[in-house]
Amino acid sequence: MSARRLLRHPAIASGALVLLLLMAGAILAPWLWTVDPQAISPLSRLKPPSSAAWFGSDMVGRDLYSRTLYGARISLIVGLSVACLATALGLAIGLLAGFNRLFDGLAMRVMDGMMAIPAILLAVAMIALTGASLQNVIIAITVSEVPRVARLVRGIVLQLKASPFVEAAQVVGTRFPALLVRHILPNAAPPLLVQASYMFASAILVEAALSFIGAGSPPSEPSWGNIIAEGRTVFQIAPHIVLFPGLALAITVLAVNLLGDGLRDALDPRFERR
Amino acid sequence: MRHLLGRLLATIPVMVVVAVIVFALLHLSPGDPAFVLAGDTATPEEVDRVRAALGLDRPFLVRLTEWSLNVLRGDLGESIFFGRSVSELIIQRAGPSIALSVLAIAIAIAVALPLGILAAWAAGRWADRFAMGFAVIGFSMPVYVLGYLLIFFFSVKLRWLPVQGYAPLEEGLWSFLRFLLLPALALGLVYAALIARVTRSAMLEVLGQDYMRTAQAKGLGTLRIVFRHALKNAAIPIVTVIGIGFGMLISGVVVTETVFNIPGVGRLTVDAILRRDYPVIQGVVLVFSAVYVLVNLLVDLSYALFDPRVKG
Repeated sequence: MSARRLLRHPAIASGALVLLLLMAGAILAPWLWTVDPQAISPLSRLKPPSSAAWFGSDMVGRDLYSRTLYGARISLIVGLSVACLATALGLAIGLLAGFNRLFDGLAMRVMDGMMAIPAILLAVAMIALTGASLQNVIIAITVSEVPRVARLVRGIVLQLKASPFVEAAQVVGTRFPALLVRHILPNAAPPLLVQASYMFASAILVEAALSFIGAGSPPSEPSWGNIIAEGRTVFQIAPHIVLFPGLALAITVLAVNLLGDGLRDALDPRFERR
Repeated sequence: MRHLLGRLLATIPVMVVVAVIVFALLHLSPGDPAFVLAGDTATPEEVDRVRAALGLDRPFLVRLTEWSLNVLRGDLGESIFFGRSVSELIIQRAGPSIALSVLAIAIAIAVALPLGILAAWAAGRWADRFAMGFAVIGFSMPVYVLGYLLIFFFSVKLRWLPVQGYAPLEEGLWSFLRFLLLPALALGLVYAALIARVTRSAMLEVLGQDYMRTAQAKGLGTLRIVFRHALKNAAIPIVTVIGIGFGMLISGVVVTETVFNIPGVGRLTVDAILRRDYPVIQGVVLVFSAVYVLVNLLVDLSYALFDPRVKG
């Protein structure tokens, strides 16, 4: 299916548009009327939104609009990195498991065990041991997402291996690398893309939740979860500190989920629209 | 009976793997966990003390055997901060978390089933779009953001409900519910979004079957068709997603308890993160995973209730 046809799908188009705007905002943050997101200004503490400070300021007078916009960088970096890394690792494990009986038995037991541990808790345990940093957060969330991808890929491989066209390809002597590139990967790509978009959304949510409970990116970074966590104690007198990054978070995840739903509709024949 | 026993036995290897992973994290994590856990300001003596307390100075297999035997006896180790047994701490804090989860599940099911059924019944029409729009928004909404929104409107603006806190059931049903309603709503609505989506697609599948046309043709009422015939046949995917979503609910409990200041296991976990109390984190991960596996075992067993072809 061509990219142009995909973009005609309303959910894909709107999700992609919002996401592109967010990415542009995150990259161009320094030129979008922001100030230094870390600059404190004790005189303007806890100011409500105004024409001078669009989103108001926090308890040490930092500009919330700048912090929220810079926070998009962290969320998007984590979302994209986890989606790419988990897809690559899951694909590798899934393919190995699909083609190697011995590896399959062992790997799938480990994957089942990992999937039984709620994602945030697995990440919390890993980060508690390695220390909070952006890199460790990405690794921890990736590890908790890999099993789902591996299971998905393994399922697809087993299904394809039993299908007539793959058997036929094997009978006429197609070598393994060609089989992989010509038959397995093209058929695994659409569901993987859908899965990757959902992982993108869930990684952003998990990162923010981890920061919120104090196990995410270090407090010095203006991530959305951190801003919300800092605003917690003054929520009743200055709700805007929690609401603006919270809204940004919800809109971002919504856009990615719309994109994922649209891709699933358009690409996955099992979920055809009725 | 054989099915039941088979399912029960199948959970054992999963739990063993979970336990080994949880244990191995500590011993196989790169760098020096004792150093990280002791904190930035720790002296070398303090790091050594943490290392000894966690058993990191002894061989992996020795510790694994020792630890597994302890876990089987219900001993999850000792909290570094409290100096008390982790099992005791978890049991002590379990009440509020169980209350919160049960109420959240009840709210989720009460919202999701009618919404999903309505959406399937009106597939493609505005009611369907509205319901699924609600679902995808609910799905994208972080529990704590929803929680703060609810606090803002119902507690700060309208002053109907207390802002934060918890009252055990023994202090009366009313005060118990007053404190628990908003957190359970925040947690339940996010969970409801997931269940509603699956309810819709499962119902759509069933409504398209021939026996639905037969039921209509023989003049059965709409409600009877939807609840007796369709919902029962759509039940398996719905209970399955309730089971899978339980993992999300657990993560939600941890966050929600922080927002609403509820002294449950989630709050214990967050405090343990701040205090670098790894034995507590380890114990909580193990217990929550066991609950998750158990819930999904119950879901598996419930299949027999909905479909007689699955033998109980």
